[in-house]
Amino acid sequence: MAWTKHDYEDIPGTYVFDGKHAHGSYALNKLLFSFCEEANRTEFDADPAAYCDKFHVAGKYKDFVLKKDFLGMLRAGANIYYMAKMAIPRGTSVQDAGAQFQGITTKEFQAKLLAKADGLVDKIKQREGYWNG
Amino acid sequence: MAKIIGGVTSSHIPAVGNAIANNLQQEPYWKRFFDGYKPAQDWLQKHKPDVAIIVYNDHGLNFFLDKVPTFALGCADTYDNADEGWALKPVSPFKGDAQFSWHLAEKLVEQEFDICTCQEMKVDHGFVNPIRALWGTHEVWPITTIPLAVNVVQHPVPSALRCYKLGQALRKAVESYSEDLKVVILGTGGMSHQLQGERAGLIDVDFDLETMDRIASDPEWFTQFSNSEIMRRTGTEGIETIMWLVMRGALQDNVKIVHKHYHAPISNTGAGVLVLENTFI
Repeated sequence: MAWTKHDYEDIPGTYVFDGKHAHGSYALNKLLFSFCEEANRTEFDADPAAYCDKFHVAGKYKDFVLKKDFLGMLRAGANIYYMAKMAIPRGTSVQDAGAQFQGITTKEFQAKLLAKADGLVDKIKQREGYWNG
Repeated sequence: MAKIIGGVTSSHIPAVGNAIANNLQQEPYWKRFFDGYKPAQDWLQKHKPDVAIIVYNDHGLNFFLDKVPTFALGCADTYDNADEGWALKPVSPFKGDAQFSWHLAEKLVEQEFDICTCQEMKVDHGFVNPIRALWGTHEVWPITTIPLAVNVVQHPVPSALRCYKLGQALRKAVESYSEDLKVVILGTGGMSHQLQGERAGLIDVDFDLETMDRIASDPEWFTQFSNSEIMRRTGTEGIETIMWLVMRGALQDNVKIVHKHYHAPISNTGAGVLVLENTFI
């Protein structure tokens, strides 16, 4: 038995959500998916450890959930969209999470995003047919 | 007979819905992004399509990872929005057209696109936010909708080329329907962004602009890239842009480019609006 290798696996700082990740973290993602229901969110908040047990989320996966270690969860195979169901209502936006992944503040993360668009209006002017205000 | 009048693209990120819900469209951060939707809104008002086929991806509302269809078509008379885990109030239900959907399903399967048919389908922000950005938010929506969900969440996901071919098959399916309907195709999602991992925050403005220009006038250019190449260049979530190829494949080869609008960053994302018109309308 072996997981087939993929040419995306060497992209740095990136965990492509494929069969290998989805298989290993199925219980974890099922727990995260359950947060679509408000009653489940309430039940989790009342006793996170018991909620993990109910979903058979154990070992390192359980530790990551209890510590809200989003990078750990991601590396272990959590899907980013499913993780957002846990993070966002608890005050961690996708930008906060992005900053955590890089070990910087959210403000620094947002400044890096803004810098990606430096010169945007000039670039658009140089191209044909773009709306520009 | 039904005819496709054109296609429109839009980002579908949650922040867009939040900005609309909180009436932030004219705040400095959002103004340029939302102002660039006006020509697209005007085009839709002018041509008044009857039905919008929304090509989008589910982010874990309707589908869980126990069953992940590559392509799934809504075949119901209504589609409900629901809580995605963020405790937001759902928007009003959307009206569908089951008879048209089943015709599309039959014609797609005939053309060897063995699509998953869904008689119940909850629609999430990927579906809702482009509609809100293009038509506004309504208690009774001014457009009949058909959801066409593409798996871009759990790999293997279909290639850009496969999405383009689905669009070509969708065109034949629409044009063989007996009712006089004006149909618009929405390609949603993208453009470059990566939410996950230490590489989060990636945006590639140059590649996004090139992609917009090429999808408008030379869509086969985009089909040369493998999914690995697209993710390497535009981020893991940037792979959503392949869904624009479904829209583009459903249009004629030489379209009239009505509108091109690009803005970045919106939240973590490069956001593009295209309005492409079939010239026979």
